[in-house]
Amino acid sequence: MPIQSEDVLKIAHLARLAVSDEQVKSYASDLSSIMNLVEQMNEIDTSGVEPMAHPLDQSQRLRVDEVTEHNQRELLQENAVDTEDGLFLVPRVID
Amino acid sequence: MYNKSLRQLSDSLQKKELSSVELTQYFLARIKRLDTSLNSVITLNESAALVAAEQADKQLQNGLGGLLTGIPLLHKDIFCTEGLRTSSGSKMLDNFIAPYTATTVQQLQQSGAVMLGKTNMDEFAMGSSNETSFYGGVKNPWDLQRVPGGSSGGSAAAVAARLAPLASGTDTGGSIRQPAAFCGITGIKPTYGRVSRYGMIAFASSLDQAGAMAKSSEDAAIMLQAMSGFDPKDSTSVDRPVDDLLQNIGRSLKGVRVGLPKEFFTEGLDSDVCEKVTEAIDVLKSAGAIIKEISLPNINLSVPAYYVVAPAECSANLSRFDGVRYGYRCDEPKDLEDLYKRSRGEGFGDEVKRRIMMGAYVLSAGYYDAYYKKAQQVRRLIQQDFVKAFEEVDIIASATAPSVAFKAGEKTDDPVSMYLSDIFTIGVNLAGLPGMSVPCGFVDQMPVGLQLIGNYFDESRLLNVGHQYQQMTNWHDMIPTGFGQE
Repeated sequence: MPIQSEDVLKIAHLARLAVSDEQVKSYASDLSSIMNLVEQMNEIDTSGVEPMAHPLDQSQRLRVDEVTEHNQRELLQENAVDTEDGLFLVPRVID
Repeated sequence: MYNKSLRQLSDSLQKKELSSVELTQYFLARIKRLDTSLNSVITLNESAALVAAEQADKQLQNGLGGLLTGIPLLHKDIFCTEGLRTSSGSKMLDNFIAPYTATTVQQLQQSGAVMLGKTNMDEFAMGSSNETSFYGGVKNPWDLQRVPGGSSGGSAAAVAARLAPLASGTDTGGSIRQPAAFCGITGIKPTYGRVSRYGMIAFASSLDQAGAMAKSSEDAAIMLQAMSGFDPKDSTSVDRPVDDLLQNIGRSLKGVRVGLPKEFFTEGLDSDVCEKVTEAIDVLKSAGAIIKEISLPNINLSVPAYYVVAPAECSANLSRFDGVRYGYRCDEPKDLEDLYKRSRGEGFGDEVKRRIMMGAYVLSAGYYDAYYKKAQQVRRLIQQDFVKAFEEVDIIASATAPSVAFKAGEKTDDPVSMYLSDIFTIGVNLAGLPGMSVPCGFVDQMPVGLQLIGNYFDESRLLNVGHQYQQMTNWHDMIPTGFGQE
């Protein structure tokens, strides 16, 4: 199923990616050829096959519910572009 | 000195014929002199490396320390290193200094290894040629017109050019094995869960696995031994004792059953590469291995299934890059949505954006069953084929890649042809098995890799077969022209 320019715009919005008008066409054609490759999967019948989410079929390990990490706010905010009073700053959301 | 084995270097250090500071200076000088033509290293760690080397020398003076004490190495720039930039090959993380160090980097530090710097890679490990890096492509030391493979292309090129005796890598669909093959070095990706993923920037979490890249199987065994083990900080780490990898590499190959999947020896494989791989298999046979043809009937669907599973996981993992907490932020965002969209649109390169969109598409409403669930079912079938094969054989052998290294720019316009260069390696990641590549000859003066695939947690068997093969051949000792002076 070929992917159209409108699909690219929809997906790009879902993934919060800005794409330029020139790029939309080339993404549509690249994604279409990747989908062609992916659709080879339809060659085989997989009904009744248990989907495999993890190579070793492990379940998530649980640990004791105790505090192991201490507060490192300042250190962790060093990589942020804009902070104030320990908060991350973004453009105004509510007027 | 550059071509000495890890044991020889370690011996010289233990006997004080050589200090770690001297060895570190030697390799730093090689990087500075020779990497201008390769671009394999993104960030040098010069002053901290010399401090670490001094500490190693003190340990050695006191008669302490093991095989890795004082040995310089490079880390792929996907591993977080406190205080030293971790870029993951992306503009997104061009200024990122991780607040903590990846477990496996720490394990190697604790073994006394000295980090020389961080190696170039495809952006967020997405690529098979190292051409998607924000820092520019890496050149293959055997032919500067050609790619080193990817995504661990910087690590592979650096070890091949003897800029470091060892380098770490990660492998999501072949990213250790394919560049190892293209550059003529030895690379091993262990079983999923064997090496901690904590502090390793995630691409596709159910496939990503770190491993070792080195000149020989013996060197790789020493490095992998130090990297392996349970880590409570990684929820997918496996709590199971680690085999003694070095102790087992000396075993004879007599009676070892080697399976050749007929699906991997078809028209998709370059005939000259096939010939070299066949010769390598004959060497194993002459050492007593039993060669059997096997079948992996669903393996041809591994690339299609991978290009659903990996992008889906990538789109989820890379949603953390929001331009707010860390990473690139666009100039003058007009609102929050514009901030997200432009920071991500400008911070990520084309291939990363393609995969994020691909992932968002296959996970979007109405498509989940047709693509994601289907791919996970195909994945199960591929795994079952391997499980069945390992009832009959001890290891599986094939070519690592269908051809030798291709020319830079040759596949950049056609993502699908690029993806197909991992056709022999991807199934191993889907199944979570250990895999390895060892050099096995040359075609058109370019190295060819023999891929060995092992059963779950049987890294010691892989390294054993690789080592025995390297006792009988000298492909792993070859050095590219221009990199063979002190």
